[in-house]
Amino acid sequence: MARIIVVTSGKGGVGKTTTSASISTGLAKRGHKTVVIDFDVGLRNLDLIMNCERRVVYDFVNVIQGEATLNQALIRDKRVDTLYILPASQTREKEALTKEGVEKVINELSERFDYIVCDSPAGIEHGALMALYYADEAVVVTNPEVSSVRDSDRILGILQSKSRRAEMGQDPVKEHLLLTRYNPDRVNRGEMLSVADVEEILAIPLLGVIPESQIVLNASNQGLPVILEEDSDAGQAYEDAVARLLGEEREHRFMSSQKKGFFSRMFKGG
Amino acid sequence: MSETAIPGVKHCFQLKSASVSMTALELYFFDDGEFESTLRDKISQAPGFFKDIPLIISLEKYEGLSSELDFFKIIGTCRRYSIHVIGVRGGNDDQRRLARGASLALLPGGNQRDREIDTVPEAETTGAADSPTPARVESHREPAPAKIINQPVRSGQQVYAPAGDLIVLAPVQAGAEVLAAGNVHVYGPLRGRALAGIHGSEHARVFCQSLEAELVSIAGHYKISEDLQDNGWKTAVQIQLRDDLLVVTPLEKA
Repeated sequence: MARIIVVTSGKGGVGKTTTSASISTGLAKRGHKTVVIDFDVGLRNLDLIMNCERRVVYDFVNVIQGEATLNQALIRDKRVDTLYILPASQTREKEALTKEGVEKVINELSERFDYIVCDSPAGIEHGALMALYYADEAVVVTNPEVSSVRDSDRILGILQSKSRRAEMGQDPVKEHLLLTRYNPDRVNRGEMLSVADVEEILAIPLLGVIPESQIVLNASNQGLPVILEEDSDAGQAYEDAVARLLGEEREHRFMSSQKKGFFSRMFKGG
Repeated sequence: MSETAIPGVKHCFQLKSASVSMTALELYFFDDGEFESTLRDKISQAPGFFKDIPLIISLEKYEGLSSELDFFKIIGTCRRYSIHVIGVRGGNDDQRRLARGASLALLPGGNQRDREIDTVPEAETTGAADSPTPARVESHREPAPAKIINQPVRSGQQVYAPAGDLIVLAPVQAGAEVLAAGNVHVYGPLRGRALAGIHGSEHARVFCQSLEAELVSIAGHYKISEDLQDNGWKTAVQIQLRDDLLVVTPLEKA
């Protein structure tokens, strides 16, 4: 049985797809058979970030509607060979994701994979509900600002009430907070909420803090999951997050301002 | 536009929702003679208390035959002791038809909490102080249990305690709402909306570890966040109703 992880947030543009790409790649790099599903039917992005958009023939909705088999729709990643992508349909509506259809696909994937990562669309409508319904764990992607925190709180409430685990009365979905676009300088200037603020408000365990970085943007544009940028702070932060997701203890990094070098201290006073 | 909102026109009356505490007589069976002697006995314990009170007849525990229920006799007997029977609660269709025939109001049955009437005002009880064990009108009942929530109440969620208190051992987040017929206790920050005494209990209170609420209401009297900022904001407080005003006071460390 696979472990099903939903990457969700409520709010759009906070880094769900970037996170889905990096977490699934990170799990696969460690040898776990992993599949990442794009639930954002109609606005698909994951294939771009995973650089496989030119290889999409069949998609998730085709499989649900019986127009293609899972094998025809799954795309094997070119960089990590234990990673597969199930792309979203660009031309359908989100209502094409029926509960029974999604369950059938997830059950089938469950037999072949160790981890199923579900990349949720923004919002709290049907697509997002389908993405989180079957989840065992949830990575709640949050930016350090008030409206993102509020939306994350909303999605946490939905995880507790509308997921399969909630409906069946099983153990609740395991929740993780992933703080993205974190900029310690702006926190110090009072322009952003701090890690402590967000943790205090949401009251769920912190999986990781991904620093705001040009590298994330560049990697996305090149179709490279940022976790593969192993020298970058953002890449390392995702690597840490994956390790923690698998139960390793790692100290949190990238949460305070970087120390300035000797010269910048000399010339900028400090 | 509703009629009451037309300015300059003074209507004869206005209908308002009212919530009144009343005495219920829980009837187990009916026998004219026994009814009167029991009533006389009860009244003799506190004569002032029962003078001109409204009374409802509760049929929820009635075990006698419906045909034995003579509401006209009940009304007449009560009237002799200056008690006004105004309606019945519960009962089956036959019993309710009889009650209607006697021009009594029909109240829905249900699990309303009834307190036993042994809390007769002090001045009244002194007269009957020599009776060793005060007779009880009803059998003992458990108070409505408090509803206890261990998880944070998240934005968009609503938690409702329809009968008793609500106790939340976690934060109540912005955009969440907690409601209770009784008191609301939040052993965490209260960031959302808290409504206590929603059935009109003006004695209900709101307690919280950190007042950061969007709205606090007691028995329909409310204050919004803006008006709460000046007093006790982000500290442990209790909020209660005094002379129709919400009063915030700090929770002193014992």
